[in-house]
Amino acid sequence: MTILTSAENFSHAGLQQLEMRLRRARLGLGVGVLGIVMVFVSFTSAYIVRQGLPTLDPRTNTLIRDWFPLPLPALLFFNTGLLLVSSVTMELARRQVARSTTPTRAASIPNVFAGREGTILWLALTAVLGVSFLKGQWTVWREMEASGFYVASSPSSSFVYLLTGTHGVHLLGGIFALLSAGATVLFRRPAESRVVVLDVTAWYWHFMTLLWVYILCLLEFAR
Amino acid sequence: MGLVLLIIIWLITIISSYFFVARTWWFPVGASAAAASIDHYFTVTLLLMGIVFVAAQGILGFFAWRYRDRGTSSVAHYSHGNDRLEIAWTALTFILFVGLNLMSSSIWASERFRPAQPGAVQVEVTGMQFQWYFRYPGPDGKFGATKPELIDPSIGGEGAVGLDATDPASKDDLVTGTMYLPVGREAEVILRAHDVIHSFFVPGMRFKQDAVPGLAIHMHFTPISTGDYEIVCAELCGLGHYKMHGMLKVVSQQEFDAWLAARESEKQ
Amino acid sequence: MVEAQAHAQAHAGPQGFIRKWVFSLDHKVIGLQYYFLALTAVFVGMFLSLLMRIHLIWPSVSLPLFGEIKPEAYLSLLTMHGTIMVFFVLTTAPQGGFGNYFLPIQIGAADMAFPVINMLSFWVTFLAYMVMLSAFFVTGGAPLHGWTGYPPLSALPSAGPGEALGADLWVISIALFCIGALMSALNFITTTLDMRARGMSLMRMPLTCWAWFITAILGLLAFGVLLAAGILLLLDRNAGTSFFVPLVTINGQLAGHKGGSPLLWQHLFWFFGHPEVYIAILPAMGLCSQLVSVFSRKPIFGYKAMVYAMLSIGIMGFMVWGHHMFMSGMSPYSGFAFSVMTMAIGVPSAIKTFNWLGTLWGGKIRFSSPMLFAIGFVSLFVSGGISGPFLAQPVLDIPLHDTYFVTGHFHLIMGVASIFGIFAATYYWFPKMFGRLMNERLARWHFWFSLVGTYAIFMPMHYLGMAGHPRRYSELTEVGYLHNLLPLQKFITYVAFITIAGQFIFLFNLFWSMKFGKKASDNPWEATTLEWTTATPPPHDNFAGRTPVIHHGPYEYSVPGEPRDFVMQTDPLTVAVR
Repeated sequence: MTILTSAENFSHAGLQQLEMRLRRARLGLGVGVLGIVMVFVSFTSAYIVRQGLPTLDPRTNTLIRDWFPLPLPALLFFNTGLLLVSSVTMELARRQVARSTTPTRAASIPNVFAGREGTILWLALTAVLGVSFLKGQWTVWREMEASGFYVASSPSSSFVYLLTGTHGVHLLGGIFALLSAGATVLFRRPAESRVVVLDVTAWYWHFMTLLWVYILCLLEFAR
Repeated sequence: MGLVLLIIIWLITIISSYFFVARTWWFPVGASAAAASIDHYFTVTLLLMGIVFVAAQGILGFFAWRYRDRGTSSVAHYSHGNDRLEIAWTALTFILFVGLNLMSSSIWASERFRPAQPGAVQVEVTGMQFQWYFRYPGPDGKFGATKPELIDPSIGGEGAVGLDATDPASKDDLVTGTMYLPVGREAEVILRAHDVIHSFFVPGMRFKQDAVPGLAIHMHFTPISTGDYEIVCAELCGLGHYKMHGMLKVVSQQEFDAWLAARESEKQ
Repeated sequence: MVEAQAHAQAHAGPQGFIRKWVFSLDHKVIGLQYYFLALTAVFVGMFLSLLMRIHLIWPSVSLPLFGEIKPEAYLSLLTMHGTIMVFFVLTTAPQGGFGNYFLPIQIGAADMAFPVINMLSFWVTFLAYMVMLSAFFVTGGAPLHGWTGYPPLSALPSAGPGEALGADLWVISIALFCIGALMSALNFITTTLDMRARGMSLMRMPLTCWAWFITAILGLLAFGVLLAAGILLLLDRNAGTSFFVPLVTINGQLAGHKGGSPLLWQHLFWFFGHPEVYIAILPAMGLCSQLVSVFSRKPIFGYKAMVYAMLSIGIMGFMVWGHHMFMSGMSPYSGFAFSVMTMAIGVPSAIKTFNWLGTLWGGKIRFSSPMLFAIGFVSLFVSGGISGPFLAQPVLDIPLHDTYFVTGHFHLIMGVASIFGIFAATYYWFPKMFGRLMNERLARWHFWFSLVGTYAIFMPMHYLGMAGHPRRYSELTEVGYLHNLLPLQKFITYVAFITIAGQFIFLFNLFWSMKFGKKASDNPWEATTLEWTTATPPPHDNFAGRTPVIHHGPYEYSVPGEPRDFVMQTDPLTVAVR
């Protein structure tokens, strides 16, 4: 268990540089997240509009509503738990690397790994939880198909697949980011890069969790 | 170069404006009750916007010439602007634009906010690739049911709209490829489409409305002159979009009743 | 200290061909890549429009190499012309092209915030372009549903030729383009907010930077919506969902969908589509402000008002999308609300026009080629803008919607005015990018061909529209009242030939001048903004390791008491402080 060596301490100018890079990276991520948010805002508005949309039934020449909410498989909630825990592990990894910028040695916290190995472990755990989440979502899809709800079966089933699928694709991107963050922690020389990469990856991951919670609430409560 | 710019810009402005003023290519004669107010409002807009157009282009051309670099004799006037002027022309533009808009709101309201009057002639207008069909409810005043499975354009008329013969109200429904309306009476059109979005456009009536699958859109207009008015499709609907046209024949009430009666008896 | 070190390291830049010219991280190279992509796209788009014009008045003529233009081909030409021009020309060259090249330099930065993302954004856009072009070559050919892609026509593979694989490729290309655009927007926004040099406050930024910044914000918020709509459309087309398709029968067969809403697509598309047209025009507006100031030797009239005008155009641009849908079956009450908002958005545009005129007033105008195109821009902006208020009144939209009046309107304001912005930018920044001046004589020929030609093409379309001539008709032989309008259509085609021919003057001038143009100094236009302080072309890190410090606003021309009639933004403080 190595503790930070003094070679990795930051000078004042180094801290300034780090602050700047961190600020810039966070700004970029925030802006990017806003772009992704608009995709889900559009899906949300389509969802709400579709729920209330009457359509002309040519047989009776009257307007009818054909929205029937889908019962959500319980596995979905379990998967949510996985993702929430993964955010915790992600945050632990992020804080650990962030602490490495302080000039003083990191105070040792009982039962918490310190140093690069610790960070890798937390990252790996996050990745495992993330992959489990995706596997879980896939299982949910299988369950829905078994009950006869395919993507085109009904308007509500279409939205469930759409929202979970699009979120899943973005989460997969997050997993690739995790792998890249892991590589950075292991191989990149400047400590500053590790801090920035971990920070951006972590915030993106938290956004994925938050987004998922939002989608779940939308599907569960806005029926 | 400044002078050339002035001349060319002014020429373009004058020539363009000429054709608007001379009405060389213009709206067809308005034949609906709403046409007069729509046309009047268009003229007002044209006049106001025309003044702005001529003034802006004129000033542009003039300034290009007047403030050209004439060597040492011209000195640019250093100024970052004039706040009072900004506020003034912002307010004026706002009043002009929004005022113009509010002026037309009553026409829009009367055309679109209120439903058709009771006693209006009802016609269901159905668009499909690439033909318009017109259905009259017949003496019972009710449109019969239609079934998508029964749609068969090859047998024309009833087949095209998918009329369900089992519905008693369908018996007297009349489906034609030409639209007849009696003059001076409000017509309620119910717009439908079977496949893709079409748009029912009768320039002479100043009437246009998209026909959207999944919707039955109720609109109305009142023809005030007899004659033949071409109907065209005004929403890209596929290969045959350009030839999806029909004819609206506005006739006297007597002729209209006679025509209906003749068509009904043909059905027997 | 650390920054200077970093700059010195960045100074040299990569040397290998692939890393220098293909997968370059240098915003200047990426800018050029976007520009040349747009250049090929505009000639493709122009060629498509020429084929369209030929087909309209000579439907059965057989062209060399091409053969006869079949009726279904016309609608595909139309669709691809619109799509390629709007996305791959108007949304790339002004922003991805010139914005990428000059935003960092004009704010005093060494590069964009995220060079790798910048590089990726170009290559994703390039991939989108390839996918789009591939639609021409697959079975069924390119789609025929127009650049607006309204379902159910665009959602049913059997609704027409080209609507099968061709339409899928079209949607996929657009989805890829959205991703590229979002990445690019990310970079522009972060760079503008976080990388301005010392002294470069937001209110000292050139109006070009403001324009690129606001355009990026619009793109960030709008392209996600288009991407979402594209995903829904792909699902409707391929997975049997019914987001947009109600119960329909096509060719006598039930299509297998039900309950969807074609209007939902229109709302999503136009929520993107209206900001998109501002994305296409804002950079040109920013540049026009720049050019009328430089070439009148006067500060821009009302800098603050110009900024607020662009900001309001940006914000209000998200509130007017319904004016594309007055006839769609949307609630007439919504129509009324959208129309008031649309008239309101005309106000900031008018303010900008007044301010450009105000800048010319009392100026000392030099008619260099960039200025000619800037003046042309103002004229075209006025013309295209004035026809807007007609269409913004729903009552007048009744006879005018989906007629050539609309085609004339958007071509003048978006097509031509925006393209004039691209031309102006080319003539203006060419000396900085390539170290030589473009030939002025050829430029003037190009200008007159383009100004007179485009007016002659698109002004008559307003007359056609008033006479009731619908859009997107591949033949003009069926409808009775169109016969009288044929001479005017013929006139438009003849002028189109001449105008397009004139564009080859530009093409020749562009490439000839790169090698043989008169050598340019670092600041041939005697302009004040930061790009004119660098070497020509700028070195890899733009400022050769130095970080510029800004003391003045960007429009200090003819300042009383100054020795020269311009004060560079980096000049030490003397008399003028703003």
